[in-house]
Amino acid sequence: MNLHGIWSIYRFEMARFRRTVWTSLMVPVITTTLYFVVFGTAIGSAMNQVSGVPYGAFIVPGLMLLSIFSESILNASLGIYMPKFTGTMYEILSAPLSPIETVLGYVGAAASKSMVIGLVILATAYLFVDLSILHPVAMVFYLLLVAVTFSLFGFAIGIWARGFEQLQVIPLLIVTPLTFLGGAFYSVTILPEPWRTVTLFNPVVYLINGFRWTFFGTSDVTPGVSLGVTALFLLACLAWIGWIFRTGWRLKN
Amino acid sequence: MTDPILSVEGVTKTYKGGVTALQPVDLEIRRGEIFALLGPNGAGKTTLISIVCGIVTPSAGAIRVDGHDALRDYKGARRKIGLVPQELSVDMFERVIDTVNFSRGLFGRAPNPAYVEQVLRDLSLWDKRHAKLMELSGGMKRRVLIAKALSHEPDLLFLDEPTAGVDVELRRDMWKLVHRLRERGVTIILTTHYIEEAEEMADRVGVIAKGKLLLVEEKAEMMKKLGKREMVLTLAEPMATIPAELAEWNLTLEDEGKRLRYIFDARAERTGIPSLLRKLGDLDIGFNDLETYKSSLEDIFVDLVEGTRA
Repeated sequence: MNLHGIWSIYRFEMARFRRTVWTSLMVPVITTTLYFVVFGTAIGSAMNQVSGVPYGAFIVPGLMLLSIFSESILNASLGIYMPKFTGTMYEILSAPLSPIETVLGYVGAAASKSMVIGLVILATAYLFVDLSILHPVAMVFYLLLVAVTFSLFGFAIGIWARGFEQLQVIPLLIVTPLTFLGGAFYSVTILPEPWRTVTLFNPVVYLINGFRWTFFGTSDVTPGVSLGVTALFLLACLAWIGWIFRTGWRLKN
Repeated sequence: MTDPILSVEGVTKTYKGGVTALQPVDLEIRRGEIFALLGPNGAGKTTLISIVCGIVTPSAGAIRVDGHDALRDYKGARRKIGLVPQELSVDMFERVIDTVNFSRGLFGRAPNPAYVEQVLRDLSLWDKRHAKLMELSGGMKRRVLIAKALSHEPDLLFLDEPTAGVDVELRRDMWKLVHRLRERGVTIILTTHYIEEAEEMADRVGVIAKGKLLLVEEKAEMMKKLGKREMVLTLAEPMATIPAELAEWNLTLEDEGKRLRYIFDARAERTGIPSLLRKLGDLDIGFNDLETYKSSLEDIFVDLVEGTRA
């Protein structure tokens, strides 16, 4: 195992995070604050409880995942896309690193960054709502699982992308809409049919509900199914990345 | 040859579009030598280097680096190799010392500040170690790329067009550096457009064109075998045509009939010069000046490459 190699990539990627630490941290703090002002205070005051949870607290897991999804994808995709863009990819490809070691370095760094941001959002949320976490260990595990899964997804997107525009396409046009429609701010049980059934085809519903279960012990779908869907997505991302390294697709000629 | 540091056997590369970049290439590089790979643009030099380094996947063939199979034991093989690419590809926001340390770690080496300092001093980069790469000139960036390639103490160093676009002073510095590295036992393979560079530095030369390795030869031997000598006579009176009596020397008339050029084989038993000069005397053809030339490596290279175009 090339531990020095993994650590070098990890440190390099974290150094970029450190260079932009204030922007990286202030953006989620401000965004979360705005969500709480709009949804928690303005709209939330008109809504008492959702699934037995005060509305302000109910939206916290969804808010966290909204940022975790986008930050994981953005950091991991940018991490591997930048060497392609600047031409320094030659060094990664010619280094004595296995695909697993390369992925550990990039995805580990991207997941670490989004975990930090997720926890900063959680800390910000405590300023606005009375919140207690029912299953804290499961919450951290789930947060890590989602961060790693979406970082893997971002890593694959970074290899797929041929330009900066393509880096943005999937997070902005697919992931964010699916998150908003996936019950980040509402319970899917309040939707009328057929939308309620249609919503169940959105995989993000399962991710958000699984994460929400770790907070409140309640969920629109069974926690086991949520975990299964997340694990399935993780495996799909791993399979995609495995195929990329096996074939060299968009990585090397 | 025993124990080559690099052995390339039947390596080919055909891209998905059907373009063949490399025809089967067989090559062995001796430990500690400086090998110059010459070829025109698109000849396959960078493709061959990229395959050895793991950046491009070969279509067929086998590569061994210091006994390590470059495909099956790629980690062992790559640890031995340092690569200085042709393009000035660097992370602009990184500091010199950080990017060199990054490269060392990437190749599985534990931090060694003393060694990295020595590399940076050798390349006159120590004073710039805290500078961001974006602040450096093109020549300094080239030095940083060399420092990165040397950071993990490779045994085999690839220099892909190391002096492209650098000034004369830096080029001479690079040549000195290459010689110093060789003295330390590093094997060096360089590609270059500057034939003068190969002539100055290389022990052996390989010529590649259209993906085919045309020739691998000791530089001195190549110059001896393929080099030509020329004699040019500046005539006292311009000549309209070459007299039929001079046909056997296969002369060419140049400069509006003012100069006669004779190409001969210096290694031949009879160069034909004394008989030619006698015949000129017999024909009462006078000349004011006589010059002889020896063909350079560049002339040999051009002849070889033009031969593939014909």
